[in-house]
Amino acid sequence: MEKGRAEVSYFRAQARWRPLELAFWAATLLPFVVTPSYLSLASQIAITALFALSLDLLLGYAGIVSLGHAAYFGFGAYSAGLLSKHYLGEPLTGLVVGAAAAGILGYVTSHVIVRFRHLALIMLTLGLGLLLAEAANSASALTGGADGLQGVKMSPLLGFKFDLYGRTAYAYSLAVLFCVFLVARRIIHSPFGLALRGIRENATRMPAIGAPVLAHLRKVYTIAAAMAGAAGALLTQTTSTVSLEVLSFGRSADVLVILILGGAGRLYGGIVGAIIYMVARDQFSGLNPQYWYFWIGLLLVAVVMFLPNGILGGLSALRKKPQ
Amino acid sequence: MLRLIAAAALAAFASALPLAVQAQQTIKIGVLLTLSGQFADAAAQMDNGIKTYMKQHGDSVAGKKIEIIRKDVGGPAPDVAKRLAQELVVRDKVDMLAGFTLTPNALAVADVSAEAKKFMVVMNAATSIIITKSPYMIRTSVTLPQVMETFGTWAVTKGGLKQNYTMVTDYGPGHDAEAAFTSAFKAAGGSNVGSVRFPVANPDFAAFVQRAKDLAPESIFIFIPGGAQPAALGKAMAERGIDKKQTRILGSGETTAEAALKAMGENALDIITAWHYDYTMDNALNKAFVKEFNAMHGRNPDFFSIGAYDGMHAIYETLKKTKGNTDGEAMIKAAKGLKWESPRGPMSIDPETRDVVQDVYIRRVQKVGNDYVNVPFDKIPAVKDPAGERRKQQKQ
Repeated sequence: MEKGRAEVSYFRAQARWRPLELAFWAATLLPFVVTPSYLSLASQIAITALFALSLDLLLGYAGIVSLGHAAYFGFGAYSAGLLSKHYLGEPLTGLVVGAAAAGILGYVTSHVIVRFRHLALIMLTLGLGLLLAEAANSASALTGGADGLQGVKMSPLLGFKFDLYGRTAYAYSLAVLFCVFLVARRIIHSPFGLALRGIRENATRMPAIGAPVLAHLRKVYTIAAAMAGAAGALLTQTTSTVSLEVLSFGRSADVLVILILGGAGRLYGGIVGAIIYMVARDQFSGLNPQYWYFWIGLLLVAVVMFLPNGILGGLSALRKKPQ
Repeated sequence: MLRLIAAAALAAFASALPLAVQAQQTIKIGVLLTLSGQFADAAAQMDNGIKTYMKQHGDSVAGKKIEIIRKDVGGPAPDVAKRLAQELVVRDKVDMLAGFTLTPNALAVADVSAEAKKFMVVMNAATSIIITKSPYMIRTSVTLPQVMETFGTWAVTKGGLKQNYTMVTDYGPGHDAEAAFTSAFKAAGGSNVGSVRFPVANPDFAAFVQRAKDLAPESIFIFIPGGAQPAALGKAMAERGIDKKQTRILGSGETTAEAALKAMGENALDIITAWHYDYTMDNALNKAFVKEFNAMHGRNPDFFSIGAYDGMHAIYETLKKTKGNTDGEAMIKAAKGLKWESPRGPMSIDPETRDVVQDVYIRRVQKVGNDYVNVPFDKIPAVKDPAGERRKQQKQ
């Protein structure tokens, strides 16, 4: 009884909302007032952050390295796009369908994925991503091939049209990011989340304390795939476009870079990484549209050299040092 | 730690604060190109075309200064293209949108043009359907059916060919070229004896060429992207002993572009292509254009450059007609039916479809001096986009 209470209070203490978290989420509303002409960028940052958050569950918490996470993002994006093209353009339904489709694909593929680790896993996820991208390219009757899917038309979201300024797009993306974040936060601060971290640290010892490793990994993989699918659906809906690029290796690599930049294994790692990476891209490419990748490269090298645990890792180390 | 996160987030947003730039009597053109990544060179050649036009014709028109705002889309990324176009309209307050190296990006931005009622000039992307997506859009490059269907018809009616074999790269433009050429070839009375599609990253063509040779068709139609592939294909054809006088090799203009011809060398001889522009074209306007282009950029212009060059011309001429009024309705009304003499020959904007109308040249690769060049020997004048014409008929 005593022990049970201690466990409960451990999880409660972990899950307590810190004032700065609240401040952070309040700050996400600032773009509406401070930078109203940057809302479409803010919306795409929120979508990328959601995608990075889903990879964080896999890489940061469960230790599943993936180089093909765009497969689920793209699957969700195409599902939502096809739904709006052929049946109905209502965004919330599309979001659920996109997430569910990617989740099902995630569940099916998870049976293979979770049996492997390290290099084999990297190759496997990479191959899966390429397979799906090539399939979408070949099935051009369904997906529109290289030209992208045509005829995606979104109805207004709860009466709000998707406008040129991106107000609806940002409000929508941010709301979905926040809701999914709550779910992810709940998962991380549950016994299941703790078991995932245990698996990450030592997968062979976890069965000894009664944790079903493969079942746990399948579960988190499915959840992460559904989250990635929701992010893909959001991108489709807020831009009314889907192209093969949503499935590309570049997108899988970008989200990995973003997560490492922000700090893997930290709830806010993907979100902070997405903000910094996307704002830096926007600013650098605005300054020099031809050679801006140089500065992005420099930023990444600097971060990895001086802050090996990402920006959040570096900041928390800084905070601990003086004490 | 979270205070730091919040501070970092705020700093990030603050650094992104818009700089209020307001200039009067300026016409702003938002130019979206793939300036980085795989298609960077194509975009650079387009940008060079824009710069050359502005050097030749000045940077003001109808008493207003032209300001170009360039944005990099980075590849086939419609979500990025659309966001950049939205930002150009709401933040930079551009008067029109131009550029567009790739089809998916042009299609995505068309929505923005239609909604914001902004004049839009497609300077490269060649998929026919793009032009229907915004009523404020014109195109100054070429459409794929315009060249490929014309070529398919020509091959039967004037080329005297009856049996053709197609070899295309297995990707979007390859499929479209194959479909366009074959349908026109068949409609004109020819027949397709076989076809093969090779993978995008294909280093060795020997097996494919052998298969084509075994069927002994009268002609082989090829469509491959540039880079190392034309040289490899040319080599495979020479090695397999395909006699280009017996079996005609037909292709699109990209196949025998300047760099591809250099790489293929004598293996390129006698390849017949259909295209709308080549830097060697023999007219005074083109000579002046190529000279200026070389002086500014140290290389020859290509079809990317001419699309952008003529796009700027269309913008300048339209602005002269509207006396500097950049309203989308006024612009498109003035642009419809615009006619001019380009370095590529006479061209115009179809008043109904708003698409490009131009001459299509049939060229053969020959050795002139020490260089292998495309020498035109036939011309189909004032070709409209056949796909656009079909859409028009369907509507009626």
